[in-house]
Amino acid sequence: MRSHDKVTLLVPLLLIAVMLAVAGCTGTTQPTGGQTTLTVFTAASLTGAFSGIGETYMAENPDVVVDCVFDGSQALRTQIEQGASPDIFVSANVKHMGALQGGGFMENDTVTVFLENSLAVIVPAENPANVTSLADLARPGVRLVIGTKDVPFGSYTRQVLDTMAADPAYGAAYRDAVMENVISEETAITTVMPKLTLGEADAAFVYKSDVRPEDRSLVRRIEVPAEYNVVAEYPLGILASSEQKAEAAAFIAFVRGPTGNAILESYGFDPVQ
Amino acid sequence: MMLSMRAAKQLRDYELDVSLSVGPGETLILIGENGAGKSTVLNLASGLLAPDRGEIALAGRVLYSDAQWIDVPVEDRNIGHVFQSYALFPHLSVFENVAFGLRCRKVPAGEIAALVTGELKRMHLSDLADVNVGRLSGGQRQRVALARALAVKPGLLLLDEPLAAVDVRAQAQMRRELRETIRTTGIPCIIVTHALRDALELGDKICVMEEGRVVQTGTPDEVLASGERGFIAHFSCGCGRNRG
Amino acid sequence: MDSTRFSRVARPGEAALSLLVFCLIACFLLFVTIPVASLFLRITPEAFLSSLQQPAVVDALRLSLVTASVSTAVVVLLGTPLSYVNARVRYRGREIVDTLTDLPIVLPPAVAGIALLMAFGRRGVVGEFLDGLGITVAFTTLAVILAQIFVASPFYIRQARASFEAVDQLYEDAARTLGASRLAVLLRVSIPIARSGLVSGAILSFARALGEFGATIMFAGNFQGRTQTMPLAIYTTMQGDLNDAISIAIVLVVISFAVILAVKYTTRRTA
Repeated sequence: MRSHDKVTLLVPLLLIAVMLAVAGCTGTTQPTGGQTTLTVFTAASLTGAFSGIGETYMAENPDVVVDCVFDGSQALRTQIEQGASPDIFVSANVKHMGALQGGGFMENDTVTVFLENSLAVIVPAENPANVTSLADLARPGVRLVIGTKDVPFGSYTRQVLDTMAADPAYGAAYRDAVMENVISEETAITTVMPKLTLGEADAAFVYKSDVRPEDRSLVRRIEVPAEYNVVAEYPLGILASSEQKAEAAAFIAFVRGPTGNAILESYGFDPVQ
Repeated sequence: MMLSMRAAKQLRDYELDVSLSVGPGETLILIGENGAGKSTVLNLASGLLAPDRGEIALAGRVLYSDAQWIDVPVEDRNIGHVFQSYALFPHLSVFENVAFGLRCRKVPAGEIAALVTGELKRMHLSDLADVNVGRLSGGQRQRVALARALAVKPGLLLLDEPLAAVDVRAQAQMRRELRETIRTTGIPCIIVTHALRDALELGDKICVMEEGRVVQTGTPDEVLASGERGFIAHFSCGCGRNRG
Repeated sequence: MDSTRFSRVARPGEAALSLLVFCLIACFLLFVTIPVASLFLRITPEAFLSSLQQPAVVDALRLSLVTASVSTAVVVLLGTPLSYVNARVRYRGREIVDTLTDLPIVLPPAVAGIALLMAFGRRGVVGEFLDGLGITVAFTTLAVILAQIFVASPFYIRQARASFEAVDQLYEDAARTLGASRLAVLLRVSIPIARSGLVSGAILSFARALGEFGATIMFAGNFQGRTQTMPLAIYTTMQGDLNDAISIAIVLVVISFAVILAVKYTTRRTA
């Protein structure tokens, strides 16, 4: 009978192990050892800025651990819809935030637009294809990288090109020629930069903020004039399921305060008050 | 002489060193115990193995000579080699097995059909032309292997234990048929066997092999006459019973 | 007598052990089947069919089938002589060649991707030279095919070598005495006899090529109709319409099942 007992013991043990594994994957945060852990789902384009803000905040508040998870806004939204429960969600566009608000995932009165961003074209510092203006992007043979139509920086790029196509100074042929030069569509900004620095691509449409301070020597920026540019609005807010709303609100206040704004500006963002 | 062969090769346990010849239309029997090097002699003749030194010539054409740096590749020797297990191609029908050598020689399809049909008829295999070789009996397989080797009209025929895989009850009949086939084609032939009855009924000349050497050569009568002593003594009672 | 009676009595220990083994097997089967089944449960047939008409999905299907077919053909063409030589010829360095051809199986696809980029990228070791000739490899359909060849070739070469080794050398010897050159032996005897093994190797290689993701996205990029294969399309459409991603995933599941059945069928026929 002894081995039978082993079996009856084993089944619940297995179940517990499975449940623990599942729980571990959903990103539920538990305060450990008197510390508060704030989980912040952050759009990938904010990787540099929010890493910096998180570190500064933790230095000032030793009892709080800020755990930023960076990914495309859509991917983060899907994770929340599938059961992940961070404390704060920072989205790179209002669409995904709106969807979560509609689904009752957000604490709606905490959601605000705190940041604006716009697009720019970047080229490698040595500029092998000699791209110096937006017009050069239509030249045959220029290898261009943009975002897929489903990620914000990709859909904004298409909006910019459509606006330019509507202007007789460029025209529809310009847009088509530029799209013809696209060699790859990326789902996140993080895979764009290596293609430029490795010399595989000649130019890319990215957010102004995407060039990290340490990369500024590697790439050159070509501005997209305001009449064609798209202003991306970044909303952030607290999750309805958060159990640490006060701590989360304090962190958001810090992001929107002078220190947070200074860090965001150093990355090329335009904070909104 | 049709075939003259002088070859030496270091094998694992001993050095094989043989010298033998086969006349036109003559059948030479290599007899000896397992491991005496009989099959190796066939492989040296057909070119599947290269001797360390020696010379092999068939109908005046040198196939191998270490002195002259000649080693004609297997496929160009035109020597029919029937293996003990027959090695019929498992993916081909009886007809295609027999046609194989002709296809390799790029013989026109119409000619192949006629030649193969004739060969199958002679070997009493006509009904089996489209059968997969996996479904044949031992005796049928032996005839297909023989037909396959003969279809290309080889200058020399090598048969390695041709009756070993045939049912014991059918052996006498198969032996008679084999002798007839060899006689009618007139192709010089070397048969490896360790059955004295095969040797006496099929051979014009017998070479007794031991440890890679030919220890005795003669007509069946001569070899039988010296039967009281040496190797032949083991076989005087007939091989079939020994193996049974 | 005693021993027979003893073994007939169902011992409690054994029963518990069987139950334990049964539970473990059931757990594992559920773990494998639930995720796959969930794909089918998360989408309606209408949504599935309408997704299959999306241009991105159609393009990905076509591109995947074309590139995986081409890369499998190249693998078979280059891998057959290699595996035959390694099965039949003993030469110095054969072990090294074997190890090198196996390497892509254990190499993470991301490593393959960056390695290919370092070799064939515009500033890569070979790519720089090709770029001078006006040939671009990286971020083209050719790059997709190269990535697939790189990761999928071992699946064919391993299987082909084992299949050739299983062909009795006597058949090849017999063919040569009948006048077949070495090439004719390979084409008329060795390949036909090893055929089912070769076919199942090619099918496995095709399946691996079809599923290639990591090396492709790094070396070939992601562009609809040109380099966006089915796995890349799943990854991309996840950012947009989840139904499209699930639909492509279902197509891949169906193809994978077909591959397993095809391999089982071809290998069983020889047995």
